[in-house]
Amino acid sequence: MDVKDIIKPENLVYSKSKVLTDTIMHYCPGCSHGVVHKLLAEVIEEMGIQDKTIGVSPVGCAVFAYKYINIDWQQAAHGRAPALATATKRLYPDKYVVAYQGDGDLASIGTAEIMHACNRGENIVVIFINNAIYGMTGGQMAPTTLLGMKTATTPYGRRADLNGYPLKITELIAQLEGTCYVTRQSVQNPGSVRKTKKAIRKALENSAQKKGTSFVEIVSACNSNWKMTPVQANKWMEENMFPFYPLGDIKDR
Amino acid sequence: MAFKGAIVVDIERCKGCSVCVVNCPTQTIALAKKVNSKGYPYSYMENPDNCTGCGNCATVCPDSVITVYRVKI
Repeated sequence: MDVKDIIKPENLVYSKSKVLTDTIMHYCPGCSHGVVHKLLAEVIEEMGIQDKTIGVSPVGCAVFAYKYINIDWQQAAHGRAPALATATKRLYPDKYVVAYQGDGDLASIGTAEIMHACNRGENIVVIFINNAIYGMTGGQMAPTTLLGMKTATTPYGRRADLNGYPLKITELIAQLEGTCYVTRQSVQNPGSVRKTKKAIRKALENSAQKKGTSFVEIVSACNSNWKMTPVQANKWMEENMFPFYPLGDIKDR
Repeated sequence: MAFKGAIVVDIERCKGCSVCVVNCPTQTIALAKKVNSKGYPYSYMENPDNCTGCGNCATVCPDSVITVYRVKI
């Protein structure tokens, strides 16, 4: 059978989500942000909530998320996405509110905001991209950087006596009463992408059922700042990040 | 039941990260020797006969450039 006979509208099994805009993403080749944007758009499309979803974009690489996903957006000051999401959700209780943050944004400057938003049990969804580095500013050490990992500000590797220990903020958040669903996923292969999609869908459904805060961490690769190719970065992530940040549901009720 | 598939790559949007290449279970996809207008080598079906239309490449693609078609044979 010729390729031309296969490429027909009736044989279509997968195409770009209609919730994604046609703007070319500014992310580096192979960046995990693109996959997570796609999954969020696909879940919003499947649930039919495009006009009922409000996103809050962070400061960091994902600051331009409002250009790529065609829903209503706000853009928060650094680390303040959960505070803005709280206000949005309280003013519009029927909307789905998604705060999208990176690890520098959520686990460093915004620790107070995320802790208290989760402790209050705001009915929001938090998507947390953990790539263990500050991506946009040029690869400085983040709270989540692994011990021994080389970054722009730890050129000989992170040392516990000088830089402290990596922060497992997802485990901390799981202890808070306000959260209903806390999970850690990844997006480096087809199986993990499908699991992450289910997790994002579940988080949005929890938000509709007013069960509390849903927190989805996605362990990601930052190949540019890790100084690797996208494929090497995904492999490095599997070998080094997953032992310290084990995947799976931490809390589900 | 067997399937036959084909993919269409949006060449101008592809950034040549080759994540689809390593996640293709049938070694259908490879990066082209040519580059697009941005200078990225784009992915294409090197072995179109192998494709089963499983959609793994499109699932992992960060830039959503791959459209998948599949027929039963």
